Amino acid sequence: MSAATGEQKFRWVGTRPVRPDGHDKVTGRARYGADFSLPGMLCGRVLRSPHAHARILKIDTAEALALEGVHAVLTGDDLPDLTSSEESSSLSAASRNIMARDKVLYHGHAVAAVAASTPEVAREALALIRVEYEVLESVLGIEEALADGAPLLDEELRTKGEEDPKPSNVAAKVMFSNGDIEVGFALADEIVEREFTTQAVHQGYIEPHACLAQMGEDGKATLWVSSQGQFAIRSMTAGILGVELSHLRVIPAEIGGGVGGKTTVYLEPLAVALSRKSGRPVKMVMSREEVFRGSGPALGTRIKVKLGATREGRLVAAQALLHYEAGGFPGSSVQAGAMTIFSSYALEHLEITGYDVVVNKPKGAAYRAPGAPMAAFATESLMDELATRLEIDPVDFRLRNAAKEGVQSAFGPRFRRIGLVETLEAIQAHPHYRAPLKPNQGRGVAVGFWFNAGLQSSASVNVNEDGTVSVVSGSPDIGGSRASLAIMAAEELGIEYEAVDVTVADTASVGFNDVTGGSRVTFATGMAVIESAREVIQQLRERAASIWDVEVDQVVWQEGRACVPDSKEIESLDLKAIADQAGETGGPITGRHSLSARGVGMGFGAHICDVQVDPETGRVEVVRYTAVQDAGRAIHPSYVEGQMQGGVAQGIGWALNEEYIYNADGELQNPGFLDYRIPVASDLPMIDTVIVEVPNDGHPYGVRGVGEVPIVAPLPAVANAVCAATGVRFTDLPLSPPRVLKGIEDAETVS
Amino acid sequence: MRHIRATVDGEATEFLCDEGSTLLDALRDSLQKTGTKEGCGTGDCGACSVIFDGRLVCACLVLAAEAEGATVETVEGISKEGVLHPLQRHFLEDAALQCGICTPGFLVAAKNLLERNVDPSEEEVRFWLAGNLCRCTGYDKIIRAVLNTAAELRGESS
Repeated sequence: MSAATGEQKFRWVGTRPVRPDGHDKVTGRARYGADFSLPGMLCGRVLRSPHAHARILKIDTAEALALEGVHAVLTGDDLPDLTSSEESSSLSAASRNIMARDKVLYHGHAVAAVAASTPEVAREALALIRVEYEVLESVLGIEEALADGAPLLDEELRTKGEEDPKPSNVAAKVMFSNGDIEVGFALADEIVEREFTTQAVHQGYIEPHACLAQMGEDGKATLWVSSQGQFAIRSMTAGILGVELSHLRVIPAEIGGGVGGKTTVYLEPLAVALSRKSGRPVKMVMSREEVFRGSGPALGTRIKVKLGATREGRLVAAQALLHYEAGGFPGSSVQAGAMTIFSSYALEHLEITGYDVVVNKPKGAAYRAPGAPMAAFATESLMDELATRLEIDPVDFRLRNAAKEGVQSAFGPRFRRIGLVETLEAIQAHPHYRAPLKPNQGRGVAVGFWFNAGLQSSASVNVNEDGTVSVVSGSPDIGGSRASLAIMAAEELGIEYEAVDVTVADTASVGFNDVTGGSRVTFATGMAVIESAREVIQQLRERAASIWDVEVDQVVWQEGRACVPDSKEIESLDLKAIADQAGETGGPITGRHSLSARGVGMGFGAHICDVQVDPETGRVEVVRYTAVQDAGRAIHPSYVEGQMQGGVAQGIGWALNEEYIYNADGELQNPGFLDYRIPVASDLPMIDTVIVEVPNDGHPYGVRGVGEVPIVAPLPAVANAVCAATGVRFTDLPLSPPRVLKGIEDAETVS
Repeated sequence: MRHIRATVDGEATEFLCDEGSTLLDALRDSLQKTGTKEGCGTGDCGACSVIFDGRLVCACLVLAAEAEGATVETVEGISKEGVLHPLQRHFLEDAALQCGICTPGFLVAAKNLLERNVDPSEEEVRFWLAGNLCRCTGYDKIIRAVLNTAAELRGESS
């Protein structure tokens, strides 16, 4: 595999063609999770807990089952108990999350499900299921969870990573350290220390979870589902139900947004189990309220950070204490938070401690750069404060300390070639950075980091009889990745982009693929496509050699044609001509490649945000935003920009509006888009983007993942801008009008 | 059950519906027009936007029975004889969709805007589309696609 260089010449890479699946998506023809139906199909519905924390004493389903039109009722008793197996603890938690057993752990936890002839009958049946609860005191935040004598969600839970732990609500402790922080802080001329909090937020994909399942009497099942990974859905569904993988075929529907939240199961095992019980196909679709209450948000955090720097602006020590809510089951994103919190900077002395805390809220799921935005909010706010105290330009201050090639990261390994310095230089050079501001406006900057993932991908490239090419991938396309894969196939083969089509195949039709997540598809699945295309080129050369009766080594593949460079007699053959003769020269021409991707290129971004704060109401409006990011190599720049703009918009929502609001009993008060308000078109300005390309030498074209980095910097960029506009350092998100107004008023009272 | 006659995407259509079912249910379930999407069922996301007798509405907030005698236009009727509407073309060329679930609603809403005002300002586009949620794009490329379409419809090169 050739390493990327800055001087590669491309025909398609870096262009902006229309995506292969575009036509279907602007005409309404694309089929998403809820768009499938089968004859005899039943409607599946879930009964959810009205309590945040309660013991289930008894579930009586007799009346529901007796209702005409009800074909099956399911409770936790119908699912295998996976608790005894130590190795499958995450699967066991997933199983108990999709259907409670002895306890409900959040308002919205599933307790039973029905399959009925119509939605109306299903609703009626749910109302007939009698559940007796013993309501327990709920634990709704980190403070309450850690308090002495706090109610325990799980009496058996002990802190992993702690010596001799007693039962508590703390599931795990993680630690990273380097040097000696005592020594480090002793070197500091300025030290800042603050505690920051963020609230639970939802990924907010517009398509609710949806699936359709059909299981035959032979125990073989087919599942149509909108998800970020048909193979992940297959392994979890099969694992929870005790079905062999080869007996469950998962067909990926188009996915209406995932952002991390569709990497796990909620309805799928229930739909298959209900189909098994009823002998009929079962379709299940969540309501929006169920999405908020019953799927997996990114939960709240409390992060304390202390930073020390010399007068000259050199960071000398950093310390962090992170507490992340996990929801009802262990597994918050605290580890990633701890690993990213100081990774943008070269630091000799650091100490990071993180805790995973269970609370009576939905089990958290991945949300774009899981754990990193909250950590960046803390560190980047304090970097801003330090820069002000040291009277150094905030971008200069970051440049003086920026991580670069060879620097040891806070989480261990030394960085390979990365582009943080280049992104910082790009924001410094951007006209936005020097544009004048109006009264009540302020400007903030921040940087963001994400590891990016490689993981496993499989793809194949098939040459069709007419010379067109079909790429088969197993990575669901959420943001235009089919276009990137088609570009890479066309680039390798030297053919027209329009001659390539891309299919996202089901679990029986392509080798294993990990989820579309971790910003990995264009990088890793792209590599599988490139290698498959190279395999095709090898075969094309062999076929041409056999047609010409020459040695394969003499045949070169150039600009979409096989040729023998030194020969005057042999006329070159294009792909179509060779495909046309494939039957006579050895059969179909197909390339296939599977990999566990190495050479991941880590990602950095630097953002500038201008806000206007209304001093009368506390309302914050983002009036200008510029995001710069190192993409390594932008295969389809429009979709790279799209990732940046989408991540920024989500980050702005997180910073300004979005939060799960609970009452004292732990009931979610805003499970809808009216009260959980994500940014709308009139809330945002255009989002300027600058793509920096510092090629990743671990990828043939230099690709780095781009999807997650953009959501990391906005939280602190917005908060730093609000601080610049108001003079108030806000440490708690969201920066909703009441909070900002109170902050301004408190500051006025003090002064 | 009610028997409803309506014109949907230019075709005379009949369907049966319950008193309580919505126009969105009728479109998706009875007529199998699944191009119109359900994101919330409460009129907050705009994914089910359709034109109902010339007015932009959320199909989840209209009763199916109200469609008697009405003209309903969905995303599936925007392209004519296989030719994309300029708005659809600009959405593709300007990469104004990522996952695409909100796209049908945005296309219907934006088309309705351009039929009323072929020269909207950026602010007018943003406010007209404020009832349509998109979680992928940050709206930037959607707004540009609508403005570029408007310019093309006015005969200016975009």
